Amino acid sequence: MHTLPQQLANGLFIGSMYGLIAIGYTMVYGIVQLINFAHGEIYMTGAFGALAVWTNLPDGTSIWLALPLMLLGGAIVSVLIAIAAERFAYRPLRGAPRLAPLITAIGLSLALQQAIFLWYPGADNAKSFPQLPGGPYHVGSISIQSGDIFLVCAAVVCMIGLAAFVRTSRTGRAMQATAQDPDTAQLMGIDTNRIIVIAFAIGGFFAAVAGLASGLKYGQVKYDIGFQAGLKAFTAAVLGGIGNIYGAMLGGLVLGIAESCASAYVSNIPGMQQLGGGSWANVWAFVLLIVVLLVRPQGLLGERVADRA
Amino acid sequence: MRHRSLLVLTAVLTTGALTLTACGSRDDDKKGSGDSTGSAKTTVVIGVDAPLTGQNSATGLGIQYGVQIAVDDANKNNLVPGVTFKVKALDDKALPATGQQNATALVADNTVIAAVGPLNSGVAQSMQQVFNTANMVEISPSNTNPTLTQGKDWNAGKKVRPFKTYFRTATTDALQGGFAADYAYNTLKKKSAFVVDDKQTYGAGLAGIFKDKFGKLGGKIAGTDHVNTGDTDYSTLVTKIKNSKADILYYGGQYDESELITKQLKAAGVNIPLMGGDGMFSDTYIKTAGKASEGDLATSVGVPVTTLAGAKDFIATYKAKKYPGDYGTYGGYSYDAATAIIKGVKTVMDANGGKLPAMNDARAKLVDAVQKADFDGIAGHVSFDEFGDTTNKQLTVYQVKNGAWAAVKSGTYNG
Repeated sequence: MHTLPQQLANGLFIGSMYGLIAIGYTMVYGIVQLINFAHGEIYMTGAFGALAVWTNLPDGTSIWLALPLMLLGGAIVSVLIAIAAERFAYRPLRGAPRLAPLITAIGLSLALQQAIFLWYPGADNAKSFPQLPGGPYHVGSISIQSGDIFLVCAAVVCMIGLAAFVRTSRTGRAMQATAQDPDTAQLMGIDTNRIIVIAFAIGGFFAAVAGLASGLKYGQVKYDIGFQAGLKAFTAAVLGGIGNIYGAMLGGLVLGIAESCASAYVSNIPGMQQLGGGSWANVWAFVLLIVVLLVRPQGLLGERVADRA
Repeated sequence: MRHRSLLVLTAVLTTGALTLTACGSRDDDKKGSGDSTGSAKTTVVIGVDAPLTGQNSATGLGIQYGVQIAVDDANKNNLVPGVTFKVKALDDKALPATGQQNATALVADNTVIAAVGPLNSGVAQSMQQVFNTANMVEISPSNTNPTLTQGKDWNAGKKVRPFKTYFRTATTDALQGGFAADYAYNTLKKKSAFVVDDKQTYGAGLAGIFKDKFGKLGGKIAGTDHVNTGDTDYSTLVTKIKNSKADILYYGGQYDESELITKQLKAAGVNIPLMGGDGMFSDTYIKTAGKASEGDLATSVGVPVTTLAGAKDFIATYKAKKYPGDYGTYGGYSYDAATAIIKGVKTVMDANGGKLPAMNDARAKLVDAVQKADFDGIAGHVSFDEFGDTTNKQLTVYQVKNGAWAAVKSGTYNG
């Protein structure tokens, strides 16, 4: 069991990534009750946006200098796509039955994936992404990559920033009001369309941060990374209680740690050798989801269902 | 109401698009059915099925253009008088279900006489029955899973050929896995291996054979694990490998996953080589994994295509035409597979007074002609044994040295 600290750390890193993406699902759901299945692709386009900035910088640029520019580039791409998706794909369907925007989201996800595949030069195979120098660093028996440090720091900073924004700023409180009751919020003079756009934009920004972090961590990006990451992040959002931003982050961390521990240790349990290993990680992640939903249908940090019609 | 009209519009567009696609796949049914007797040249199509987009597409494109060059050469040299060959390439995206659809489409097209492909053993399994029912020759340049030609009980010594229309110009994993184990244990002096596979027909089969042979030679299996194709995070696996103290990692699968595994393994400070099969023998592997791939090994079927005198023109043409993809692994085998078909067509026509019989008849006769194929291809001698396997049992171990694959050992292996 002396690998436990390392496996927990592995879970924490991948969990932070799930959490960052899950924020986008949960914010949009909290405000318009839409499951934006295209969000995984927004994460992917963010990574490609950052990569495009890097490729266009002169050779030999220091990665530390490039990092803020890459973040900016990724964020611009992701946020613009998220806003455009809201404006052209979801807003026209706002009064429609819930299935219509859901199907639209799936279609949009396919469209974005294929668009990158077709038009981003050389995207039919994995593209190399610059990695942060230095590392691995050793803390006790744990070894940590520079990319992991960036990921965790980014997740913490983003979460604190978001919490402060939602709690204290005027727009943040308008968001809470819209989440509770969009019609009444509108009557109180809140421009709900603007609030919805802001929710999409924040989700897009978080996805871009996750995209950049994933590129730095794995050293490559691919046009189809959004699908699986999106699915996991959606699971994390539901696990933590969809609609709750703290729940999304917590759900991500719990999911990441559960996955990494399950694939590391289940096969050590006598009689379970066949059910362990990396290929079963997803199975155990969903077993966890089912168990949590049976005990707490509203998720770990529960959405206040009573507010909903 | 606005929403309803939007829905109606979408429905109409979708229906329209589907109808158009359905029409599109049939438009070449009319031209040149096989039994035309006029003096005009008959067009005979050779189908290609391989992943042309997405996963494994670099190698898949190598198959498509390998066949293309063989066909161009045959047309230029008028190898079969009175016949112009054409290529119809379909993309299976490395998915068995898509491969089966493509097989059905090729069989339904009565200008297609035979097919080259697919790349993946798992895809081949879904296609064999379709071609067999239609009596149509299918030659894979790259499938290495033994069950495809020798039946599921091949390892117990009960070899039964399941499909008489299926051939391959690549040798099997039974030899490849054993060759790799032999090299790892006897040449590299590795004593403890961690074996990982991707649960696919090819990967799991190859990893199983390696594990078996490495154990029999006296090596220790430090641990095993399975991954999912499409995963990106292998940190859990890397921690397990590190903890197992293995001195070599064997991976059964494709480069899409192994390039990430080797990168994450080396980043965690575990400096043991990753060894794999022909599925990761691709320049893309080195390009994407970068410095982490240095010292990694891959076995591949045949001898390096660049060292073959017969393949010089082939490589020159491939480069001159600026074809995309990677000819290094299977380009030569694809060329030879297509040539086996072309020569077979000639045999069939010669036996029929210089004319091509009706397509159904021609397909059936081609099966026998290909079975008897016996010529020197660009990647070695081409002939098939009673199972449809190539008799060319050469294999090569490659190692990444200074950012390129370098052949370190070639030889034949007989188990």
